[in-house]
Amino acid sequence: MKRSDAPIDQGRRAFLAGSGLMVSFALLGSWRAFAGQENTLGATILAPDLPGDLKIEPVLDAWIKIDARGVTVCSGKVELGTGVRTALWQVAADQLAMPLERFTFVTADTALTPDEGYTAGSHTMADGGTAIYHAAAQVRQMLLDAAAAKLGVPARELALHDGVIVAADGRQLTYEQAAEGVDLHQRAKPVSPDSDPSTFRYIGHAIPRVDIPAKVTGGAAYVQDMRLEGMLHARVVRPPDASAQLESVDTRAVEAMPGVVKVVRDGNYLAVLAEREWQAVQAMRALREAARWRSTRRYPGNDTIHAALKALPQRIYVTTREGNGPVRQSQHAAPDAAPAAPSPATLSVGFGKQYVIHGSIGPSCAVAVYRDGMLTVWTHTQGVFPLRAGLAEWLGLPKDKLRCIHVEGAGCYGHNGADDAAADAALLAFRTPGRPVRVQWMRDQEAAWEPLGPAMLTELEAFADEAGQLQAWRHALWSTPHNERIVNAGRLIPARLLARPVASAPSAPIPQPEGDADRNAVPLYRIPSVRVDMHFVTEMPFRTSAMRSLGGHINVVTIESAMDELAERFGQDPVAYRLRHLDDARAREVIQRAADRFGWNGGQALPDGHGVGFAFSQYKNLMGYCAIALEVKLDKQARSVQIVRAVAAVDCGQIVNPDGLRNQIEGGIVQSSSWTLYEQVLIGEGGVRSVDWSSYPILRFPQAPVAIDVQMIDRPGHAFLGAAEIAQGPTAAALVNAIKRITGHRPLHLPLARQDSPLFA
Amino acid sequence: MIELHVNGEAHRLDVAPETPLLYVLRDDLKLNGAKFGCGMGQCGACTVLVDGRPVFSCLFPVSSVGARPVRTVESLGTVERPGPLQKAFIDHQAVQCGYCIAGMIMRAQALLETVAHPSEQQIREHMSPNLCRCGTHMRILAAIREVAAQGRLPGAGPQKVSA
Repeated sequence: MKRSDAPIDQGRRAFLAGSGLMVSFALLGSWRAFAGQENTLGATILAPDLPGDLKIEPVLDAWIKIDARGVTVCSGKVELGTGVRTALWQVAADQLAMPLERFTFVTADTALTPDEGYTAGSHTMADGGTAIYHAAAQVRQMLLDAAAAKLGVPARELALHDGVIVAADGRQLTYEQAAEGVDLHQRAKPVSPDSDPSTFRYIGHAIPRVDIPAKVTGGAAYVQDMRLEGMLHARVVRPPDASAQLESVDTRAVEAMPGVVKVVRDGNYLAVLAEREWQAVQAMRALREAARWRSTRRYPGNDTIHAALKALPQRIYVTTREGNGPVRQSQHAAPDAAPAAPSPATLSVGFGKQYVIHGSIGPSCAVAVYRDGMLTVWTHTQGVFPLRAGLAEWLGLPKDKLRCIHVEGAGCYGHNGADDAAADAALLAFRTPGRPVRVQWMRDQEAAWEPLGPAMLTELEAFADEAGQLQAWRHALWSTPHNERIVNAGRLIPARLLARPVASAPSAPIPQPEGDADRNAVPLYRIPSVRVDMHFVTEMPFRTSAMRSLGGHINVVTIESAMDELAERFGQDPVAYRLRHLDDARAREVIQRAADRFGWNGGQALPDGHGVGFAFSQYKNLMGYCAIALEVKLDKQARSVQIVRAVAAVDCGQIVNPDGLRNQIEGGIVQSSSWTLYEQVLIGEGGVRSVDWSSYPILRFPQAPVAIDVQMIDRPGHAFLGAAEIAQGPTAAALVNAIKRITGHRPLHLPLARQDSPLFA
Repeated sequence: MIELHVNGEAHRLDVAPETPLLYVLRDDLKLNGAKFGCGMGQCGACTVLVDGRPVFSCLFPVSSVGARPVRTVESLGTVERPGPLQKAFIDHQAVQCGYCIAGMIMRAQALLETVAHPSEQQIREHMSPNLCRCGTHMRILAAIREVAAQGRLPGAGPQKVSA
């Protein structure tokens, strides 16, 4: 089987790749890279010619080791609750022709695994899965060749069966025997031996996830469940807002409390360590009461944040696409004169989105121990290697004296408090040598101190000819950064709080085509002239960073609202209007499949208060395709909006685990509907005001959709495209479109359906 | 000393009486099932059964338990021999990150021990206190429905008698 590494069609890839020299600013997705460059997930490219993450770790034995203990496969990616641990394991099993249970699978540990940067952006299968797919195929071939030499028969006469190599005459070699004398410490090749998908026992099959049995029976499954000998329990006390300075704190009474081992005070940093967990909680409360803070700034509120975004210091990143050619991005210090519009806009529409939280059900937690000059941190970070680099810089330790090991936490959905809690544990353990320290954040700390999903503003003008054919597209958006990852110690909150603080590295957006706040702002639709102005607000009233789909959520809402409005303007069915502007066969197929399965018919008769909505996007214009049709019921009296049924059609390339993919799409629809209908961080002069689930309500069971139907288009032999974030934008947009159909008015501010929403007036 | 009956076993524990049950279960009895989520009774990750009723163990002082039996997800079965709800959650792969799931199972257990064949609305209302952030609701509901269709689940039985 020949297999493309490019997560986009070959023809289009060649076209885009060939245009590289014309690009005026870094314009490189994971599919195209140069040596020495960092990819969008914080790892350095060493071998641009290799598939997937072999680009950043080209040596085979970094991925696969075979010794007397057996076969070990290593991945630098982590399980965040999306099932990738099982899916990656499946890929290795088929390519090695070994049953899952016959080899060891190790994830993200700075001492053991490749550095694959962050587990984020729906990249895990596309990059990490592809690397394992190829590394395992190449190792398999090396084992066959070695066995052939040892047995004195041609390799083609050997068969692989459950981790054993069998010759025609019945002689056998285990992989360990075959591997003797074979040096896996060599560079991977750009092209791997073919694999026959018809022999796959795992890839393409709904293999039950390996982590679920322990999770439903009370097994130790999370970093929160770690109990090390002699472990202390720590709690932190954070300032009331990011600007607050600690004026005074009398720690004596706290230090005298039962079980308290010590209070740590350093600048604005406060923490307490105790023998028992409940003692630590009580001491934390007492310490919080004892601390006197002085806030030095005031914050915008929910009503003023969008005006504030327009007024704050910003850089402009302009992305253009002319003649449906390649996208180009350039940076400007200030707005330039926009090119003259071809004519008055056919349609103008814009949206406002409030800050949202990742809202992990388990607040962040970490365990660390500093012993014999070595600091070990167990953490649910998305990136053990970037975290290690940040901690090493901060604490002044060489990297080889710091080990970060991933252990699962609650689902994070992006950059939450995980790294900061790991920094808390690292600092407190570093200052308490010999004793393990477990730090557990409280709910209010997670809600107030996790990096928020940015508030955003979009303004779109679309220009169509008299027949409704799109001619030009002008999209402007305002947002603070979506990617404040740990590129230096200053990106860790505890490092900013110490008496000698470390400043955060300057903000930089993820460039197109992956995009940042402008992710998915360039429509996939055929439009001769497209321009997107991203106003990248560099002074953050509230610290923001990556949350699933980044700006894609609101940009797809904006684009798909415009497509619906334009279809209506020109008297066309919204699905037909989209298809009329699409050339990509895979895009057309998911749209058609969703419409057919849903029974889409623009004029369908529905009960009172019901409406249907449709939306589509290809994530980042280069990953998974997703089209969603849904029916919504608006009940003004009950002040509720509920999805009656949703149909999603997705194409994520070759499917590794169909049930895992279905689970991700169902989850994406439910999560995005929660964001879109209910969620906003309450902000005011004093900062974040919503610090619990009462002031920040999310979807509960009675509000969950009645039914979700996921249609999956499998593409055996095609690249893995990732799934965890592809439904966020289309779900939100389909909801907005459905509500427009019910009420006749398009809601322009998210969230749509809080109890005080004008929707219920 | 406080005497506590958990999953059919009696324990004598030297803990402060106001300690929330959650910390005793996790730290003293080393049970992983009940999770810290909010500490405010708003998310249900800490849900366990006290005398068959679901409680937020993050708020429930250990001294208030008295002689009533406490049950956690560990009491329902093991990886090798999962109980009916545990098995249904595995069969439906009704987990994403799984952090909320032990609490979900215990709350559902309480319903299915008291109501035979609950309606869809009854299930949704009953599960309302428990939050899932991954959006696994459809599968959680499907798993509960499947067990509900088999009739009422037996309660803890003898445990209740001894209490």
